[in-house]
Amino acid sequence: MATLDSKIPAGPLKDKWTNHKNNINLVNPANKRLIDVIVIGTGLAGGSAAASLAELGYNVKAFCFQDSPRRAHSIAAQGGINAAKNYQGDGDSIYRLFYDTVKGGDYRSREANVYRLAEVSANIIDQCVAQGVPFARDYGGLLDNRSFGGVLVSRTFYAKGQTGQQLLLGAYSAMNRQISRGKIKMYNRHEMMDVVIVDGKARGIIARNLVTGEIERHSAHAVVVGSGGYGNIFFLSTNAMGSNASAAWKMYKKGAFFANPCFTQIHPTCIPVTGELQAKLTLMSESLRNDGRIWVPKKKEDAEAIRNGKLKPTQIAQEDRDYYLERRYPAFGNLVPRDVASRAAKERCDAGFGVNKTGEAVYLDFSSAIQRYGKEQAYTKGLDENDKELITKLGKEAVANKYGNLFEMYEKIVDQNPYETPMMIYPAVHYTMGGVWVDYNLMTTVPGLFAIGEANFSDHGANRLGASALMQGLADGYFVLPYTIGDYLSDDIRTGEIPTDTKEFDQAEKEVSERIEYFVNNKGEHSVDYYHKQLGKIMWNKCGMSRNENDLKSAIEDIKKLREEFWKGVRVPGTSKEFNEELAKAGRVADFMELAELFAIDALERKESCGGHYREESQTEDGEAKRDDENFKYVAAWEYKGDNEKAQLHKEDLVYENIELKTRSYK
Amino acid sequence: MNLKLKIWRQKNSNDKGKIVDYAISDIEPDMSFLEMLDVLNDELINKGETPVAFDHDCREGICGSCSLFINGRAHGPDTGIATCQLHMRKFKDGDTIYIEPFRARAFPVIKDLAVDRSAFDRIQHAGGYVSVNTSGNTQDANNIPIPKENADTAFDSATCIGCGACVAACKNSSARLFVSAKVSQMALLPQGQIEAKTRVLNMTEQMDKEGFGNCSNTGACEVECPKGISLENIARQIREYAKATTATKK
Ligand SMILES: Cc1cc2nc3c(=O)[nH]c(=O)nc-3n(C[C@H](O)[C@H](O)[C@H](O)COP(=O)(O)OP(=O)(O)OC[C@H]3O[C@@H](n4cnc5c(N)ncnc54)[C@H](O)[C@@H]3O)c2cc1C
Ligand code: SF4
Ligand code: FES
Repeated sequence: MATLDSKIPAGPLKDKWTNHKNNINLVNPANKRLIDVIVIGTGLAGGSAAASLAELGYNVKAFCFQDSPRRAHSIAAQGGINAAKNYQGDGDSIYRLFYDTVKGGDYRSREANVYRLAEVSANIIDQCVAQGVPFARDYGGLLDNRSFGGVLVSRTFYAKGQTGQQLLLGAYSAMNRQISRGKIKMYNRHEMMDVVIVDGKARGIIARNLVTGEIERHSAHAVVVGSGGYGNIFFLSTNAMGSNASAAWKMYKKGAFFANPCFTQIHPTCIPVTGELQAKLTLMSESLRNDGRIWVPKKKEDAEAIRNGKLKPTQIAQEDRDYYLERRYPAFGNLVPRDVASRAAKERCDAGFGVNKTGEAVYLDFSSAIQRYGKEQAYTKGLDENDKELITKLGKEAVANKYGNLFEMYEKIVDQNPYETPMMIYPAVHYTMGGVWVDYNLMTTVPGLFAIGEANFSDHGANRLGASALMQGLADGYFVLPYTIGDYLSDDIRTGEIPTDTKEFDQAEKEVSERIEYFVNNKGEHSVDYYHKQLGKIMWNKCGMSRNENDLKSAIEDIKKLREEFWKGVRVPGTSKEFNEELAKAGRVADFMELAELFAIDALERKESCGGHYREESQTEDGEAKRDDENFKYVAAWEYKGDNEKAQLHKEDLVYENIELKTRSYK
Repeated sequence: MNLKLKIWRQKNSNDKGKIVDYAISDIEPDMSFLEMLDVLNDELINKGETPVAFDHDCREGICGSCSLFINGRAHGPDTGIATCQLHMRKFKDGDTIYIEPFRARAFPVIKDLAVDRSAFDRIQHAGGYVSVNTSGNTQDANNIPIPKENADTAFDSATCIGCGACVAACKNSSARLFVSAKVSQMALLPQGQIEAKTRVLNMTEQMDKEGFGNCSNTGACEVECPKGISLENIARQIREYAKATTATKK
C-alpha cells in the first residue's frame, strides 16, 4: 500500500529548494534523448512543462482534447498573475507572498511548497517577458501592477483582462518552438482515457482520437498530468465547457491519492444565472474589485422594488446603500478574499436584499471610481475640476482603459451598460483547490505519475487568492517539474523504450473500449446533459457555499441514486468510431458522478470551516468561518479501494514552523 | 421566439454534406446562440437523431474554438464578438437562420460545423515564437523598458484568438490577418527583433503552403474579426516581409 511521504527537504525554509536542486539526481543530456515523457494537457501547467521538458532534451508527447493547444482553458484567465517583484516598492517580498498565500488558503497548504512558489514567482515574469508576452506597462515603459483580494500590496502583473491568454500564448509559442524541432509530438483532439501502470510505475496511457474514435496506446517513462480543475462537477461554473475531472479521476482509480476534494472556490464576481437553459457562467475578473464597490439596498422595500422593476439602482441615494463589505471588513473592504466576499453576498441575498429577478445578485458599482479618476485626470491635465460632465467623461475613459474589455463582455451578455448602471454579480463555482495528491516533487503516490497545475491539490490550501493559479501553473511547468522529474527518471536511462504490446496495455485498452461500447449501445432515454444538470443541482444546493451534516449525507444518497439512473438511462447517439461529442461527454460525466460522492464524503468528514469550505456547524458568533486546527490541520488524501468500497482516508499533518497559525481576520 | 434553422450537416470529411431544415421554438432573447443550439441538440438526442457537431469551449469569446458562419457572416450578425458571444436578441421571431461551417480549402470539414484549423498551428510552428529557453536564467523583466505605446499595440495584435473568421470572411480565403497579427506582435517588441527576418519569411512560406489564398485588400477580415485586429497589421507584415527579402538578397 502506498503511504504518504511529502518528501519535504530538510533545512531552513528559504534554503530548501536550492538545497534540494543541488542534491537531486540529474539525467545527462545524451541520456535524456533515450527517455519519453507523456504530458496530458497544454494549459499553463502542461504547456510550460511540455516545452521545458522538450528543451531539456526529453522526447515529449503532449495531448489535449481541444483542436489546438492554444485553446486550453487557461486561455480564459482574466485578471493577472502574482509575483514577488516588489517593483512598486510597497514592501513586497518572497516572504510576504508566501505568507499571504498560506494565510489566504486558511492554513491548509504546505509551507515548503508555497515558499518555493513565491521564490520562483519572479522568474516567471522574466521568462514571460523574454518570450514576448505583452504585459501592461506604465508611461515610463516599465511593468505595471494591480492589487487583488486578500493582500495589501500591488504584485499582480496583467495584460488588460486577457492575462491568461497572453501567458498561454507564451507557453504555446515555447511549445511551437519544440514542435518545430521535433522534440514535442503534439496530439490535438485526443483524450486520455486511462493511465497504464506497469510493475507499479506509470508507463503510458490509453487515448482516444476524438476525430476518428480510434483507441491508441502510448508509452513513456513517466506521465505528467496537467488536466485542469473539476469545477464543472457543478454543471454551471466559469470553467470551459470541456473542462473535466476524468484524467485526474483515472489516476485516482489507478492508485494516486485524491486530496481535499471538497475544497472548491466559489468566486464572488460572476454574472448571475438567468435561466434554466443556461450552459455556463461568466466570470467578471476580480481586478474589478480594485475600483468597483459592492452594495445592496439598505432597505428591503428598495430591494423588492428593484426586483419588480419599479426602481433603478441609480435612483437609490448613497445613504440608502449598504456597502456591506466596507461595513463588515473595514481593513480590506471590497478586497477581502474570495471565500469571504462570496459568503457575504449570499448572506445579504438570503436575507432578502438581492437585486435581480431571482433575488440572487448584488451590485458592483463604478460610479465612485469614475468620479475619482475623472478628477485625477482633470487635475493632471490642468482642466476644470468642477465641470461635472468633463469629469464623468474623463473618468469613463480611465475606467475603459483599465477594464474596457470586461465592460464590453458584460454588456454583450446582459445588455446593460455598466458605465451607466452598476453591474450585477453573484458568486459562482470557479476553481478547485482539491486535486491529485502530490509530494514536494509533484509526484503522486504512483511512481512516475506526476500532477501539475490545477489538477494537483496544489498550494492554495482551502482558498486560493486571486492571480495565484496562473503563477502556480507556470511555476510547476517551467521551474519545478523539469528539475524534480529528473530525479525520478535518472533510474530509467537504461530502461529503453516501453513496449505497448503487453498485458497491462491490453487490459487497460479493454476496459476503456468496454465502457465506450456500453455508452453507444445503451439505448437509454435521456441526454448526458440531463443527468449532468441534476448532478450540478445536488452539488450546488448541498455541497455549495454553505454545507451541513444533513445536506451532505443526503447529497451522498442523491448522488448514488443519480449515478444508477445515469448508467441505466443515458442515451448516446452515434457510434464509437466517429467524431462524437456526446460520447466524450458521457465518459466525463460518469467520472464526475463518482468524484461527486468522494467530494461530499470529504466535506462531511471535515467538520471544521476553513477557507471556501464552510460548515454551518462551525462558525463564530458573527457568522465567520471557524477553523479547528486541533482536529483538522491536515490534508485529507483519499485512497481508492474499489468501486463499492469506501475510500480510505490518509492524513498528512501540516506543520507550520515559519508561520504562526492565526484566525484569519480581514476586519 | 420561434425560428427556422437551415444547418449544414456532413457526416465526415468524405461525405458531401447538405443543408438540413429544423424548426425550434420557445427561444429566449437572453439565450446565447450556442445555448439555442444546445436546445436543438437536446431535442435531436431525445428523438434519437445525431446532434449537430460544432466546436466550442470557453463560451466567452477567448479560446477561439467556436466558428460558425451564420446568415452569410463569420460569427454572425454582430460585430466584435465570437459566435459564443452572440445572443438571440439579435434575431426576431420567425427568422430563418442559415448555419454553416467556416469554409476554406485549408480548413477541411471534420463533421457538420466543426472544421480542421490545424493549418494555423503549423504556421505558428514555422516561426511564431522567440527562441528563448525556459530555464529561468533570463534577465530581469524591467531591464528593457518598452514604450507603453509599443507594448499596447503589441498587445492589441496579440489578442487574436486564432478563430479563423478572417479566413472564412475572405473571398480568397486568405490568412493574412491572422499571420500578420503574430508577426506584428513580435515586430513591435524588442524581444522579437533578433529573429524578425526569418520569422516573417518562414511564417509566410508556411501560410502559402497550407493553401490559403492571396490578400486582395478587400478588408472583409477586419470587419468580421472578433478581436478588432486591424489592417494595419497586414501593412506591418508587408513592411517586415519587404525588409526581410531585401536583406536576404544582399
Ligand atoms: C474564467 C476564469 C478566469 C481565471 N482568471 C484567473 C486569473 O486571473 N489569475 C489566476 O491566477 N487564475 C485564474 N483562473 C484560474 C486559472 O485560469 C486556472 O486555474 C489555470 O489556468 C489552470 O491551468 P492548468 O494548466 O492547470 O489547466 P487548464 O488550462 O484547464 O488545461 C487543461 C488541459 O488539459 C487538457 N485535458 C484535460 N483532460 C484531458 C484528457 N482527459 N485528455 C487529454 N487532455 C486533457 C485540456 O485539453 C487542456 O489542454 C481563472 C479561471 C477561470 C475559469
Ligand atoms: S485575426 Fe481575428 S478573425 Fe483572424 S483568427 Fe485572429 S481573431 Fe480570428
Ligand atoms: S467558445 Fe471560446 S471563443 Fe467561442
